[in-house]
Amino acid sequence: MSTRAFGSRIQRNIDPQLLRGEGSFVDDIPLANALHVAFVRSPFARARINSIDVTAACTHPGVAAVYTCDNIGDLDLELPLLIPHSSMTDARTQRPLARGDVYYVGQTVAMVVAVDRYTAEDAAALVDVDYDPLEVEIDLEKAILDGSPLVHPTHPNNIAAHLVQVSGNPDRAIAEAEHVTRVRVQVDRSTAAAMECRAVAAIFDRVTGELTVWDGTQAPLSVRGGLASILNIDEDKVRVIAPNVGGGFGQKVLLFYPDELLVPFAARHLGRPVKYIEDRRENFVGSTQERTQIHTIELYAKKTGEVLALRDSFLHDTGAFIPYGIAVAQVASTSIAGPYRIPNIWVEFKAVYTPTVPVTPYRGCGRPHACFAIERAMDQLADDLGLDRFEIRRRNLIGDDEFPKLREGLLFADGLPVSLDSGQYHKALEMLHDKLDVANFAAEQQKAREAGRHLGLGMAFYVEGTGLGPYEGGHIKIHPITGKVYVNTGLTSQGQGHDTVFAQIVSDQLGVKVEDVILVEGDTKAFDWGVATFASRAAVVSGNAIHKSALIVRNKTLTAAANMLEASADDIELRDGAAWVKGTDRQVSLAAVATATNPLRYAFNESAKAATQFAPASRHDGPALGEGQAPGLEATDYYSPPCATWAYGVHGAILEVDPEICSVKVRRYVCIHDCGNMINPMIVEGQVMGGIAQGIGGAMYERIEFDTDGNMINANFVDFLVPYATEVPQVEILHLETPSPLNPLGVKGVGEAGCIPVGAVIASGIDDALRPFGAAPFQHIPITPSMIYAAVTGG
Amino acid sequence: MNRGTIRPKPQAISIDPKVAVNLSVNGETVSAEVSVRMLLSDFLRHELGLTGTHVGCEHGVCGACTVIIDGVAARSCLTFAVQAEGTNVRTIESVADDDGSLHPLQEAFRNCHALQCGYCTPGMIMNILSNLESDMPMDLSEEGIRVMLSGNLCRCTGYQNIVAAVRQAADALASR
Repeated sequence: MSTRAFGSRIQRNIDPQLLRGEGSFVDDIPLANALHVAFVRSPFARARINSIDVTAACTHPGVAAVYTCDNIGDLDLELPLLIPHSSMTDARTQRPLARGDVYYVGQTVAMVVAVDRYTAEDAAALVDVDYDPLEVEIDLEKAILDGSPLVHPTHPNNIAAHLVQVSGNPDRAIAEAEHVTRVRVQVDRSTAAAMECRAVAAIFDRVTGELTVWDGTQAPLSVRGGLASILNIDEDKVRVIAPNVGGGFGQKVLLFYPDELLVPFAARHLGRPVKYIEDRRENFVGSTQERTQIHTIELYAKKTGEVLALRDSFLHDTGAFIPYGIAVAQVASTSIAGPYRIPNIWVEFKAVYTPTVPVTPYRGCGRPHACFAIERAMDQLADDLGLDRFEIRRRNLIGDDEFPKLREGLLFADGLPVSLDSGQYHKALEMLHDKLDVANFAAEQQKAREAGRHLGLGMAFYVEGTGLGPYEGGHIKIHPITGKVYVNTGLTSQGQGHDTVFAQIVSDQLGVKVEDVILVEGDTKAFDWGVATFASRAAVVSGNAIHKSALIVRNKTLTAAANMLEASADDIELRDGAAWVKGTDRQVSLAAVATATNPLRYAFNESAKAATQFAPASRHDGPALGEGQAPGLEATDYYSPPCATWAYGVHGAILEVDPEICSVKVRRYVCIHDCGNMINPMIVEGQVMGGIAQGIGGAMYERIEFDTDGNMINANFVDFLVPYATEVPQVEILHLETPSPLNPLGVKGVGEAGCIPVGAVIASGIDDALRPFGAAPFQHIPITPSMIYAAVTGG
Repeated sequence: MNRGTIRPKPQAISIDPKVAVNLSVNGETVSAEVSVRMLLSDFLRHELGLTGTHVGCEHGVCGACTVIIDGVAARSCLTFAVQAEGTNVRTIESVADDDGSLHPLQEAFRNCHALQCGYCTPGMIMNILSNLESDMPMDLSEEGIRVMLSGNLCRCTGYQNIVAAVRQAADALASR
């Protein structure tokens, strides 16, 4: 028997192409005679537009068109609200090009189309917009005060949404508590900063009436649907392709960015290919961001440390618009109790409009915020009660026999009550304890202190609800010519290695090599049904759909091969690209089986000729295809998860703080991680390590800064500090595999996991290192050298 | 839709002043007229069709656009095409063998899972390659490799596997 592919560290199918520089990212696709787009963007955080004069831009040599809200026809609309929720009233969304008002610096006001980007930018500078700037309030806590300037006059106190969720009976539990710990924590704004900025290119073919759009999006099916409806073209005539995409992390799923509509519109209007390749500055000021939340969290406990109730109230910055609804805040609020038993929960949030780039999910989507709040509070509770940080967690972690742990009353992003399905939380904690050699750390720390060095141990636990529905599909076909297996799903990949992990799933069922499984996704002409890549859902939802389809194709193949080999299907095994009669050398290649199941038997190649040497693949009388029978070895099936499946992990670090130069050096970083059964541990580790690197950025480096007028003052990679190799530590990963009971493959998502606890780990470690200074705990990330300076100098 | 109307006809080219440039790209001689302000990255990608060189920030920080100019790693987004006059430029497309077989450095990247989305990878490879091919000794300590990589941003991998790939490639090349 060949080795099982599922669970193996298998190299990726896609790598050679990418390594040779032969990827096809949007701007790599050659489009003859293409025109290029540059946008005129608002220089004000809030202003009224008196007039827009495009005369000079229109007559600039090389300019094909200049668009404003007045000449884009049906596109002059408020864009859809993706996820409505009763906590929002009159949710505000952006218009493709501003009409009357602008709401953040960077908002698109006009679009110039010209022969090249250089010319388009020249002409964009010639568009003369007359603005009346308005008062703004950027500070989240001041924005909700009476009398603060309003982003939208429709929304008093800038409140976009308000939601309270309750689980258990917090009032009664609070009354019984012997101790309360209260902390205020803050996570600042960041951005996904994928290495490829967003990009859209489009061609309208006047002969066929087909609109083809290449979009570096995570959601081509949704983009297709939107384009068809807004541009009023039959869905069948709109093809959206997400080719190779250089990272997504959530930013590349919004419906819609203005360019995603305007570029196809212009391509149709002008009769020429049009492309918009976002530059880095535009990515900062024009593409969505995430993270700012301010939590006040209270833990009501017994003196033993057992937490009876949790109260959390937080502000969530949603930026100038709320196109994605309350998703980020909702995930934060429902993840707030983390891995702990805490039976009584009261959690409230207010989503607040600020005149800044709109907020949509960025890798983590509310989980890093919630984790930072509960983990910092747990550390504080331990300190307050004189308990060890590991001990306080031992006393509150959900036990293995307590799953599923239902938090009735807390509705997760899928609209269903939170139910943590499985895990070995206590074991994970002890694995970290051992791996970090916590037992000996205090002595090491003391010795270092005597030598004038400040070591600290930080740790944090996290949970992640993954694999959200509603569904995905998988289509599988064994090609009759080559015997290779073609697989399609409605997702896209931005580097996650779908083409390999999905191939591993199929390989095991059909007995073919992983490299002979060809995945085509991200193309609406390849597969028509599905949602998108986000929310750590690909392996769970598409993975299981593909698995189910593979089982159907497997059974069809076994039946056909049994007929051909004149054996019982029970005696057939599939391996090495062929069907074999077990224990014999009698075999027929999958290509031959696929050919034989297609009643049209042209002998294209040797395997097709071989197919004629066997008995028929189907045993029935009458026409070539029996009633209800389909040609070939092919199937499509779908998977719809009953609810989210919860992954988790615990991270710890040993770090050193140099109080002289206020630097932090991470000496060791250990991750204990459980995402259920791993399809490819190499890829899982890659996801985790990449997430941790982003977490390190969020913990110590990455903060989007606005001045009081709402100008983003670090909209570039010089001032916004994405970590290089020199800032990211070596990570030691240990896996646990607690199969998810919710799906056939037993898998849980992993995409967002790594980034979730890092901020809390680093803060916890710096606290520990700086105890001799008597500094207040670090409750605000990113933790900058200035904040450390203030702590060590008592300032 | 403006059915029946004559399509807008923008001027076919920009009015930028042009300048002649002669250079060698991946061993091939190239002579072209380019806009005086055309970036080398745009020239390679859109005039020569060598789209393996990627552009990540256009201000010289991310390193995705790194190519080798006269043996030295350089940012093609901070170089005008005209500045490449008389130089030898090498891009990612020249690294694998003609039959597509991967260079040991590319092979090491694949072995070590040192790439995810692959967008930063060509720039990473060209930077590391310029070091591997240099006469200067390489510091293959953990810290030395990380410093070598510190001109290239990667948002996917967390770098650890890239560090491992550099070490593996250096070993493979040393034993040849």
